Amino acid sequence: MLSRTADHFFWMARYAERAENTARMLEVSYQTALLNTIDQYVEGNWRGVLEISELSDQYFATFARASATDVIDFMVQDPDNPSSMLSCIRAARENARAVRGVLPTEVWETLNGTWLDMNKMLKGRVLQKDPVRLFDWIKLRSHLLRGVQVGTMLRDEAYHFTRLGTFLERADNTARILDVKFQRGTPHDSAGSQVDVSAEFYYWASLLRSLSGFEIYRRLYRDAISSRAVVELLVLREDMPRSLTSCTGNVAKMVASLHDSSSHTTVKMAGRLYADLKYGSVSEIFATGLHGYLETYLSRVNELGERISRDFLVPFK
Amino acid sequence: MSFYDEMWVNPGVTKPAVRSHYQAFESWLKEQAFQDITHKREEAELIFQQVGITFAVYGDQAGTERTIPFDIIPRIFPAAEWALLEEGLRQRVTALNMFLHDIYHEQNILRANRIPEDLVLANTQFRPEMVGVDVPHNIYAHIAGIDIVRAGSGEFYVLEDNLRVPSGVSYMLENRRMMMRLFPELFASNRITPIAHYPSLLLDALTSAEPGGVDDPTMVVLTPGMYNSAYFEHAFLAQQMGVELVEGSDLFVKDNYLYMRTTRGPQRVDVIYRRVDDDFLDPAVFREDSQLGVKGLMSVYRAGNVTLCNAIGTGIADDKSVYPYVPDMIQFYLGEKPLLKNVETFVCRRPEDLSYVLANLSNLVVKETHGAGGYGMLVGPYATKKELDTFSSLIKADPTRYIAQPTLALSTCPTFVEEGVAPRHIDLRPFVLTGSKRISMVQGGLTRVALKKGSLVVNSSQGGGTKDTWVVS
Repeated sequence: MLSRTADHFFWMARYAERAENTARMLEVSYQTALLNTIDQYVEGNWRGVLEISELSDQYFATFARASATDVIDFMVQDPDNPSSMLSCIRAARENARAVRGVLPTEVWETLNGTWLDMNKMLKGRVLQKDPVRLFDWIKLRSHLLRGVQVGTMLRDEAYHFTRLGTFLERADNTARILDVKFQRGTPHDSAGSQVDVSAEFYYWASLLRSLSGFEIYRRLYRDAISSRAVVELLVLREDMPRSLTSCTGNVAKMVASLHDSSSHTTVKMAGRLYADLKYGSVSEIFATGLHGYLETYLSRVNELGERISRDFLVPFK
Repeated sequence: MSFYDEMWVNPGVTKPAVRSHYQAFESWLKEQAFQDITHKREEAELIFQQVGITFAVYGDQAGTERTIPFDIIPRIFPAAEWALLEEGLRQRVTALNMFLHDIYHEQNILRANRIPEDLVLANTQFRPEMVGVDVPHNIYAHIAGIDIVRAGSGEFYVLEDNLRVPSGVSYMLENRRMMMRLFPELFASNRITPIAHYPSLLLDALTSAEPGGVDDPTMVVLTPGMYNSAYFEHAFLAQQMGVELVEGSDLFVKDNYLYMRTTRGPQRVDVIYRRVDDDFLDPAVFREDSQLGVKGLMSVYRAGNVTLCNAIGTGIADDKSVYPYVPDMIQFYLGEKPLLKNVETFVCRRPEDLSYVLANLSNLVVKETHGAGGYGMLVGPYATKKELDTFSSLIKADPTRYIAQPTLALSTCPTFVEEGVAPRHIDLRPFVLTGSKRISMVQGGLTRVALKKGSLVVNSSQGGGTKDTWVVS
């Protein structure tokens, strides 16, 4: 397969996954904001959204405050924000269009349809009337796209690069969401007030919900929510589809199935990253400090992404 | 002016007669409610959008892609009429390929004074780089799109020969699919010859053109990229043939062979169906600033290690100033009488033609010799005084750049427009494939229709639409 073609498959999947993760993050922040009356916390919540995506600088170049309307608008439909949902869907579609000759028709039509419908929805002011509907819809389209890929693509390199893009992006996104949410802490931490059991609950619940982990948490732990258990679930549990271990394991598997004579180091790097998670423990993570741990993880994922590009795709310029 | 209509014998009269090969369709159409048809048209537009059957519009700031308007009334040929047309097309394309080989080798036709020497040798479409180069199997125009119109009382004329990178075949195929999807009952009740095998004919013609000694040639489609107006077609053809769609940056030359960059290392390429113009193919030989081509490609080509389809330099045979001589070529190379007529053409480089053109500008269609896409042309009868004056001075400034033809009474075909069903002018582009073993074509082509009342300009870039083309037996 052409290196450029592989590159388009990889980025098509990454951008679609990124749009989904942005929708998840915005939806949870939006719901949380509705429940909170402390302005300072609400503002901090929206600042968090920008930090996760490393977009604070770009945002504050235009806006003075992190208000719900402005952040949502910026993260959903700002064409100048390369990480806005609209930009991500456009980029995913452009990548798909560049390889539509070798993409199953259903995959192309799903992405093209998403692009056309999203523009229609934005024009119809869905974002102003019912933002959650838009977020849910993007998640649904992303699920559909993955389903169509799994259901129609030949299990060849194109498929492996697509899956690789999905899992690498998801690993990155989960780590970022965890990092920012944990660092920012619960509302009572920043306000210095007494522990508020209900605030605590909503805080963890929102984090879990943004990663489709709330119901799973209930089933597995049947307990009041604790940070230890949350970290175990979202970092270490391999059976949790958006956890770091699960995503990294899939990345390692895809890299191994693509490997040729020139990519030994990359295969080893992915395998080692996976092993560190697979055989890690919560105590170790808290001993290092979650923030430090996630920072190291993110830089290793980033390095892995660059190596994959160099070995198989069109190298970063 | 009265026009030959594809469907009706006397479209003007109160009770016109329907032509026999349109009878089945016409009785079906009569039974359709106008609303249903309108609904189907909207459905077609939606499907084209969804499937992404679009073309990019140059100069459109938003970079939007548009669909080409699709008309649901087909253009129908009886099989016998088609057979005559096909025979004429084979003859014409055979002669054109022989002409191309000749002028890049012996130049017999020039020495015999059948075509003025400087018309060919001083033409910007003539590639001196190709003189003496042997192309595989002596084929130059592997894919030819020949524009055919019907005029007067229904006789066929060749309007122009497109031998560089003719496009439109994807619309021919998609229009058929759309008709079958919207009106399956029509296909059950009419005997319409299928055209869906075009991509296999194309693949067959292209692989048979391999550079020699390659058992299982690797074929690619070379595109300028996704912002090209015909990108949909490039991707479509690569997909239908199951070959890689490549851009110049995917290819490189090493040891006088051509390779593509793949995830498993370099892979040799033997045949390129290129959709990039000559000028951009090799920055080492043609335009230096081209990002679309491959450095060193020409040298690989000259060494006979790759086949380019179409060959470099075919533009000389589709130049509009060479067009008037095609009937002579057929006589000269094949010793046969041309089966398809040319449109009477005034070549402005000839002094007597020039003065006729200048004196009769308002009755003529003037075209740039290298122009394409309906740009740079003047339709005399519909032009303003100012446009006529502008063209008059343009022609005087450089007569060699222009030809002129009488405005033909192009045939019409009933078409759905705003006000209902009305006659609109049409043309036809069939695609003729030349491989090393045979010349092949499907029974059909792309019918283009001028949607504006009275307009003769059918180009999609000028707001034209398309129709499905049927050959019924």
